[in-house]
Amino acid sequence: MNKIVEKEHFSEKIVKIVVEAPLIAKSRKPGNFVILRVGEKGERIPLTIAGANVEKGTIDLVVQKMGVSSTKVCDLEVGEYITDLVGPLGKPTEIHNLGTILCCGGGVGNAPLLPIVEAYKKAGNKVITILAARNKDLIILEDEMRKHSDELIVMTDDGSYGKKGLITEGMEEVIKREKIDECVTIGPAIMMKFCSLLTKKYEIPTVASLNSIMVDGTGMCGACRVTVGGKTKFTCVDGPEFDAHQIDFEEMMSRLGGYKQEEVDKYDQFQK
Amino acid sequence: MERSEEYIKNERKQDWRVALQKKTKAKDRMSIERALMAETEPEVRIKSQRIEVNTGLTMEQAVTEASRCMDCVNPTCMEGCPVSINIPKFIKHIECGETLEAASVLKETSALPAVCGRVCPQELQCEQKCFYVEKLNQPAVAIGYLERFAADFERESGHVATPEMVASNGIKVAVIGSGPSGLSFAGDMAKLGYDVTVFEALHEIGGVLKYGIPEFRLPNAVVDVEIESLRRMGVKFITNYIVGQTASLDDLKADGYKAFYVGSGAGLPRFMNIPGENANGILSSNEYLTRVNLMGADSEESDTPVLRGKNVVVVGGGNTAMDSVRTAKRLGAERAMIVYRRSEEEMPARVEEVHHAKQEGVEFLTLTNPIEYIADENGRVAQMKVQKMELGEPDSSGRRRPVPVEGSEYILDCEVVVVAVGVSPNPLIPNSVEGLDVSKWGTIEVVKDKMQSSIPEMFAGGDIVRGGATVILAMGDGRKAAKNMDIFLTEKYLSN
Ligand SMILES: Cc1cc2nc3c(=O)[nH]c(=O)nc-3n(C[C@H](O)[C@H](O)[C@H](O)COP(=O)(O)OP(=O)(O)OC[C@H]3O[C@@H](n4cnc5c(N)ncnc54)[C@H](O)[C@@H]3O)c2cc1C
Ligand SMILES: Cc1cc2nc3c(=O)[nH]c(=O)nc-3n(C[C@H](O)[C@H](O)[C@H](O)COP(=O)(O)OP(=O)(O)OC[C@H]3O[C@@H](n4cnc5c(N)ncnc54)[C@H](O)[C@@H]3O)c2cc1C
Ligand code: SF4
Ligand code: SF4
Ligand code: FES
Repeated sequence: MNKIVEKEHFSEKIVKIVVEAPLIAKSRKPGNFVILRVGEKGERIPLTIAGANVEKGTIDLVVQKMGVSSTKVCDLEVGEYITDLVGPLGKPTEIHNLGTILCCGGGVGNAPLLPIVEAYKKAGNKVITILAARNKDLIILEDEMRKHSDELIVMTDDGSYGKKGLITEGMEEVIKREKIDECVTIGPAIMMKFCSLLTKKYEIPTVASLNSIMVDGTGMCGACRVTVGGKTKFTCVDGPEFDAHQIDFEEMMSRLGGYKQEEVDKYDQFQK
Repeated sequence: MERSEEYIKNERKQDWRVALQKKTKAKDRMSIERALMAETEPEVRIKSQRIEVNTGLTMEQAVTEASRCMDCVNPTCMEGCPVSINIPKFIKHIECGETLEAASVLKETSALPAVCGRVCPQELQCEQKCFYVEKLNQPAVAIGYLERFAADFERESGHVATPEMVASNGIKVAVIGSGPSGLSFAGDMAKLGYDVTVFEALHEIGGVLKYGIPEFRLPNAVVDVEIESLRRMGVKFITNYIVGQTASLDDLKADGYKAFYVGSGAGLPRFMNIPGENANGILSSNEYLTRVNLMGADSEESDTPVLRGKNVVVVGGGNTAMDSVRTAKRLGAERAMIVYRRSEEEMPARVEEVHHAKQEGVEFLTLTNPIEYIADENGRVAQMKVQKMELGEPDSSGRRRPVPVEGSEYILDCEVVVVAVGVSPNPLIPNSVEGLDVSKWGTIEVVKDKMQSSIPEMFAGGDIVRGGATVILAMGDGRKAAKNMDIFLTEKYLSN
């Protein structure tokens, strides 16, 4: 049982919670995630560790309401408990001093991106961050990102904030302007796919963090399998970050819908 | 605690045993027929994942069955039991109507008798070595049924005995993984006075007993009672804790743990690497069974979804395959099929499971092997291409090798496919501990009979050492490791 000690609404559908988890706070690294479960009938779902405070023994999670399980997490109030929480899971991000890094976050993907931006900056890189979302309300963690980036670009599909346009347009502008040594992309699968196609054209090494469906998170079930470089990999133990140019995004997106009907049914039932 | 052969022989000469031996003539004992296990009707039981198939012996049946046992001078049955249960002694207690005493005999050497009585492949272990089989060519004494009877009787009576315990010595030991191997180790070490903590990655204690083996074969409540007994003996359990990730082994050492037992199992599922295998609707037996058994996905109230289909194919022929296909039947499949590349004779599953599966209407497509999956326009599996096989020369395992029959391919409709073709050792610990000797199969290397690894304070057993094996072998390893770790720790910390 892990207690929620703080809660903040980033938008109607996105919530940040700070959770007591002293051991995880101490051992986690950028790129790691946890698996948690709310209630005795709850589902196990993965969430990235967006930050941690070792002294206070807490970790930060940023959650977007998608279906039943994420809504249950978002509905928890300060003082309430998460039934089960395990981690840190996954391979941490490989952080090196490479030169200039382009970090691209979409939607709630900004949460997992934040510790990575922070770490790249700390390692001495020049960090250019692009945050993108459908509209202004969905841009999260802007101030925190700005703090750790040399330059921050905000893009919205509808132009309600920052520059109007898709994330790839912003990326291309930067890439044409200066030499990028590595690109990191985290967001919806479709966004990562297009980011990856773009950087492939410019031959920029790119890392994407995949949000496959998971159950245990320890390599036991194979629900999270993806094809990378023609080989089957388990996202939870071999990833979640992979060489974006090697990922079979079509398969990955198809697999995200593997339980679609069942999830919709559960959600309808939950709403009643 | 270990009993010498001498001790067992002398026990046999105790008055009550001698009296029983004399009470019934050997010929009369041998003329009794082996008890039949009552079962829930197939039509009834396939409606729920949680109706137990075997319902247990009645008291009368148990006493009669117990009187078949000859109380042999040389009880060969015990050689077949990896934890050396004193079989004639517990059976004779049942014959006298002293069922609680029978249960405490079981507890002397087994931490989980109600579990083993249900899932042990008895026909290949104790019962295969029984006098009836070896000398008379008759059905063995139903040791497994009787074991289950005594353990269930004790549990239902509410008089669950706590075994004899040695005074605490304050030495902290950690157990990594709460499967049968870790639990059996924990029980023995607690009895010896150690301060035992079990760390488990999942949110439930029990390993495969909880997430793998379905409740229709092994109810969770049965496992929980045994775990409760361990708690009463002072064993501590910490769930949601992955050793090597949540904290390292060095962190645990800094916390005062003096030695470790690794019982982390063989949790890594194998796939076949054939075209189309990553389509939706194709999943490992681990995923399928975990969703249903651990997460309760068969019930409406659970938030965890599970895939259902009219046609469900399970690939494989072991216990895991049988558990998966019978689960599919209970989730409403019209056709639940086994596709297995050898013949029924070579199937590693227990005969009882195959028999029960057939009663439940499972179809067996043997000498058949999948070679490709075909998905629909939404990426969901719709069909599987299979190939007929024939048996050739025996391979290294002694089983006849299946050889494809050219031109025999055909198509099978399926909306859900469960791949149950084996598991590999869980790599978490082998990968995270420096200096640990690991075989090329990824199993931890140990000194046989001692279960000590290349790191002196680290012992290991169960599936992480053997690859996929059985509950009772995993428990036997746990006992051996406890005995030898005790010697190791006594020398190091307790002798002056
Ligand atoms: C490594 C990793 C890190 C993640 N980090 C975050 C994060 O920091 N913040 C955040 O809001 N979300 C994160 N996600 C996604 C999050 O786990 C899903 O949004 C959540 O599981 C949806 O569950 P649901 O029941 O609310 O929605 P559902 O209605 O069940 O599903 C909505 C969609 O979520 C995905 N999904 C469903 N079940 C799972 C599952 N068990 N595991 C993974 N995805 C699933 C599917 O694509 C599905 O279509 C992460 C996922 C992964 C794999
Ligand atoms: C579906 C199925 C049916 C079976 N049926 C039978 C049967 O009828 N009869 C029979 O005898 N055998 C059967 N078996 C085999 C038997 O269950 C196994 O041989 C036995 O469970 C092995 O026990 P174990 O203790 O070694 O490991 P497991 O039971 O696998 O337990 C290992 C535990 O360790 C945990 N773990 C792993 N790594 C870590 C870590 N780093 N930190 C903390 N925890 C960790 C895992 O989460 C798991 O809970 C079956 C197996 C399956 C899968
Ligand atoms: S534990 Fe298994 S092998 Fe041993 S006596 Fe019981 S059923 Fe037989
Ligand atoms: S070998 Fe068979 S008959 Fe003899 S003691 Fe064992 S169970 Fe009884
Ligand atoms: S989540 Fe089960 S193997 Fe990755």
